[in-house]
Amino acid sequence: MTNQMITAQGLTKTFRSKGQAVEAVRPLDLAVAEGELVAFLGPNGAGKSTTLRMLTTLLPPSAGEATVAGCDIRSDAAGVRRRIGYVGQGNSAGHTQRVRDELLAQGAFYGLGRRETRVRADELIESLELGQVAGRTVQALSGGQKRRLDIALGLIHRPALLFLDEPSTGLDPHSRANLWEHIVDLRRATGTTIFLTTHYLDEADQLAERVMVMDHGAVIADDTATALKSSLAGDRVTLSFATATDAAVAAARIGGEVEPGDARTVAVVERDGSRALPRWIRELGDVDLEVVGATHRQPTLDDVFLALTGRSLREEAAHAQPAEAEGADAHSATVAA
Amino acid sequence: MSTIDATARPTGFVRDTAAVFVRESRPLVRDPFSVVFSLVQPLVFLGLFGPLLIGASGGDVAGTLQWFVPGILVMVALFGTASTGANLLFEMQTGSHERTLVAPLSRSALLVGRALKEVVPLVIQGTIVVLVAVPFGFRVDVPGLVAGLAVLAVFGIGFGALSYALALACRNRDWMFWMVHQTLLFPLMILSGMLLPLEDGPEWMQVAAAINPLSYLVDAERALLGGDFADPSVFGGVIAAAATCAIGVIVGVRSMRRAR
Repeated sequence: MTNQMITAQGLTKTFRSKGQAVEAVRPLDLAVAEGELVAFLGPNGAGKSTTLRMLTTLLPPSAGEATVAGCDIRSDAAGVRRRIGYVGQGNSAGHTQRVRDELLAQGAFYGLGRRETRVRADELIESLELGQVAGRTVQALSGGQKRRLDIALGLIHRPALLFLDEPSTGLDPHSRANLWEHIVDLRRATGTTIFLTTHYLDEADQLAERVMVMDHGAVIADDTATALKSSLAGDRVTLSFATATDAAVAAARIGGEVEPGDARTVAVVERDGSRALPRWIRELGDVDLEVVGATHRQPTLDDVFLALTGRSLREEAAHAQPAEAEGADAHSATVAA
Repeated sequence: MSTIDATARPTGFVRDTAAVFVRESRPLVRDPFSVVFSLVQPLVFLGLFGPLLIGASGGDVAGTLQWFVPGILVMVALFGTASTGANLLFEMQTGSHERTLVAPLSRSALLVGRALKEVVPLVIQGTIVVLVAVPFGFRVDVPGLVAGLAVLAVFGIGFGALSYALALACRNRDWMFWMVHQTLLFPLMILSGMLLPLEDGPEWMQVAAAINPLSYLVDAERALLGGDFADPSVFGGVIAAAATCAIGVIVGVRSMRRAR
């Protein structure tokens, strides 16, 4: 039997804010096996980071149980800390520190010997492409370099389980792609179990084998990205016609809907669109309805989120405040407590 | 279900403290000039306030320096350590402090290692101030200077720890840190007799000075740098420094233990 890396039963976090109880994480059950790469996907404020902060011993849960790497997060926080790597949302290296120095300090924090730390630091500098900047102070690094350093710091003690909180937030597309490559390489080379949170659909899609969708403090779906897409969303097919009348008749025949913005186009959501499309064209041709154009699109995780919540994650991300509402809440709540 | 092997090794308070101390000291070793930079303020007082003091008192240059330089040393210790919490404040706002909270480090070590680091710049800066004053006629007793710096170091650890505790309490409110910092620092400085003698001040000021640990420290430094180990003020200064250190470390460790 494979080891369970993370288990949780009824893990809950309630913050008190202005006399009102806010349920940041509703009773949550989790099981992540050794070697899995899991993404926690959801909008800002969904409770992803709060869950992560509980699992990494940064925040005590209000209720429930959890074990991480076999250690109880309440009674053996020290055991958890010795077994996990954690890369938080912010940049975790000191601004006035030099890159290599910070890795050496991190090695000492994890009780590695001096020589071992030096070897490990140089290994990470090489594998995360930090060689050019190893002697520079952290404040001189680019966003992508800082983020790679954060990951190097999280890996100094070769943890079997790595937590990544919003790993690519704030990076340009090139640096993001580069970071993903590093994460995938790391996983291939070491088999590290990775648990990450993200509000980027493409990040979850590209990186994770398993996606847990979180919204309003609860996990509302948990499966592989492919399975989620095929079971919840289905392909999106559109058919265009010469007239609005043709479109209306066709919509009734094949069970689609006329597009609100374009009366001559019919949209259908179908499990397997690529097979259905030629069949529909044939059927409609039999009753003299000529299809003049057609599109077929695979579902995205955004379609999944839309199907689950009625809201689009992509639009929420565009409207979201850049400030981390979730983190700020967590802070003010602990002050009040 | 079995436990995954730990990949970090168990450490203890001493090793953790050493690791934190080494991390905090590295930027200083890499860029020693940063120590000199924070000397600007005390040197300005020495160079611009000193001559005024000499003129106003009507005393000779060497005699006035003998009175004034020990006060400047206390100023170095006070201002240097009071703002050190700002570094932690900044690291709390990035993810740096959080990273150390997830690491298997003792919380007390996170505070004590940082506070101990304060000793290094303090001793270097104090020595530079004395060296600058010597050509102008300041006579220094070397064993007295060593003892004086040691007392200041003990005070600095405590005051630095209090600055960290303030940073932990302020979290993301920088303005609050600097407001408390400014509100406390100047009254503490003036009511210590560091710059001007308080004997000529009104009675309430003398009462305030009597409860200000810094005034005991200033008197002790004046005696020590003159080589007068037997002066009763030395005892008072040692007690004031030790008390600041004890209170600072206790308050600081308590704040760090509660840190999230």
